[in-house]
Amino acid sequence: MSKERKIKVIVAKPGLDGHDRGAKVIARGLRDAGMEVIYTGIHQSPEDILNSIIQEDPDAVLLSILSGAHNALCPKIMEKLKENNINDILIAVGGIIPEEDKEFLEKQGLKGFHGPGTNIKTIVNFVKNNLKR
Amino acid sequence: MTDSKTMKDQKNESNKTSNQRHYRNLSNIDIKRLYTPQDINEIDYDRDLGDPGQYPFTRGVYENMYRGRFWTMRQFAGFGTAKQTNERFKFLIDHGQTGLSVAFHFPTLYGIESCDEKSLGEIGKVGVAIDTLKDMEVLFDGIDLSKISTSMTINGPASILLAMYIVVGEKQGLTPEQLRGTIQNDILKEYIAQKSWIFPPDPSMRLIVDSIEYCTNHVPQWYTISISGYHIREAGSTAVQELAFTLADGFAYVEAAIKRGLDIDDFAHRLSFFFNSHNNFFEEIAKYRAARKIWAKRMKNKYGAKKPESMRLRFHTQTAGVSLTAQESENNIVRVTLQALAGVLGGTQSLHTNSFDEALCLPTEKSVRIALRTQQIIANESGVADTVDPLAGSYYLEWLTNKMEEEAEIYFNKIEKLGGVIPAIKKNFFQIEIANASYKYQKEVDSKERIVVAVNKFQPKSCRNPEILRIDEKVAEDQLNILDEMKKSRNNEAVEKTLLKLNKAAKGDENLMPYIIDAVREYASIGEIIAVLKDVFGIYIEDSIF
Repeated sequence: MSKERKIKVIVAKPGLDGHDRGAKVIARGLRDAGMEVIYTGIHQSPEDILNSIIQEDPDAVLLSILSGAHNALCPKIMEKLKENNINDILIAVGGIIPEEDKEFLEKQGLKGFHGPGTNIKTIVNFVKNNLKR
Repeated sequence: MTDSKTMKDQKNESNKTSNQRHYRNLSNIDIKRLYTPQDINEIDYDRDLGDPGQYPFTRGVYENMYRGRFWTMRQFAGFGTAKQTNERFKFLIDHGQTGLSVAFHFPTLYGIESCDEKSLGEIGKVGVAIDTLKDMEVLFDGIDLSKISTSMTINGPASILLAMYIVVGEKQGLTPEQLRGTIQNDILKEYIAQKSWIFPPDPSMRLIVDSIEYCTNHVPQWYTISISGYHIREAGSTAVQELAFTLADGFAYVEAAIKRGLDIDDFAHRLSFFFNSHNNFFEEIAKYRAARKIWAKRMKNKYGAKKPESMRLRFHTQTAGVSLTAQESENNIVRVTLQALAGVLGGTQSLHTNSFDEALCLPTEKSVRIALRTQQIIANESGVADTVDPLAGSYYLEWLTNKMEEEAEIYFNKIEKLGGVIPAIKKNFFQIEIANASYKYQKEVDSKERIVVAVNKFQPKSCRNPEILRIDEKVAEDQLNILDEMKKSRNNEAVEKTLLKLNKAAKGDENLMPYIIDAVREYASIGEIIAVLKDVFGIYIEDSIF
């Protein structure tokens, strides 16, 4: 990507989980670090997330799930992206993701897995270092 | 020796910070080096404190407090199917728990069926899956509802779960008058913080006032709303914001019920509160004391309550989930102990202590047992419950109690200027206040201005996670089968009829509780009942601010 363009990030809350404190803090932290951030709000279906991606063309999508629904929702989202030939975007998931689920999610193409206690700088650097374009 | 070197390093580290620290509590109130009689010379004992059980109840709502009986030890629990949660309830009762508290899964919280597409991945995950009365019958199977009180954390569909509880009681041979418990039923804090709303504010308020009115006449031992600061705090507010926003919500409910024509002295004593207990020990205690005082004064002076019962602020406390760390999670046992102690010294009526593994998963039997034992040790071994409000008269605590009240009053004025709680919600006032406070807090942790042990200081080199509880994916399959079978075996014609009647009533202005009870009795699902109401009331859409 060109140097002038800001990194564009979508922060999304898939599923029914309403715990959005972390998502909002991260959205704001990334914005303060100079990125362009879109927060989708809660209750996003895989279809909603796909639509936001098509509309916004972000460099990264950060999913926040604390409800335990990650193993069901993340593959659905990745499937939608595949169907639409979207493969140059960093897709990460964080929240409460048990250690033993990481391998499964990694195989689906997801990254990140940041949990409670992560500081904002870590997320900023993670996004910068893992962009696919 | 590596060990002693580490100790020395840590000691130096502590000394260094103590010289540089700003002394501010979590509400950003500056704390002085020393408090003396001068700091409380304007306090008049009878006017501002009163003996426990006496107006304005700053020192506690009851004369005897824990000398009569300990607070209710009430652990919030729910996961998987109703059968699994029923087993956890019995486990907790066997270990000396004195009240039940039900956690529902997300589809129930939002009033959708387990078979809805949106329930994918969420069935039985953060709470128990309840679709119809059948599930509630299983949930309380073998538990005598005349002997235990039950709290239900449910808001959008609260009237439906209350209706189900009444019918389960009926099936146990109990009248509604015999049932004791609490329904959270606090929709305002959902818009403000917790997000499990369904309908727009106005019809939501109607449903709440309907349930207050119904319980006042038929379920007199029921607490009709648990006006909750817990979630406001978890979402990132300060202690002062939690105090002010929660009480402001309380005033809004009182005003709505008075508008319906109810007499304050008929319903106010069945309103209860639910607060968080976070890390700053004295700040939390001052918060509870200030809350009692503010509430009593308002009930008496503004709303004209005459009975002392109407002025008593009774509350449940839960330790702060958000303060739990995933790093060295065993340390959370200590955090929870301190927070629980603050709740007890603040005069709570009931208490939930979080389990140490909750930053990682739902609690295991082991971690839940430790959490419950923490309360039992405070109650039975520490001696803090031997005398009422033992900290009263502390220069610091009394000063801080007054300070919290003053700061809350500033917020009440701001909210009033915005036109009240609902207009303030529509203007995102609370949402922005909370987002700002939580971001500030995170920045302070990131910059080590606030210390979280093993997270930003004294970090472990490596950390092994404890064994965690996982919800079997088979739960979803089981629940879908249960719902499917129910829909085949119930009298579908009768269900249709009750739903039509509900639809008609919702369009008018009758109390909806009897209609909901009728639908529930025929095993209409929560999703079906909510769908009928959504048709009439519409849905709420929030602005995604951050």
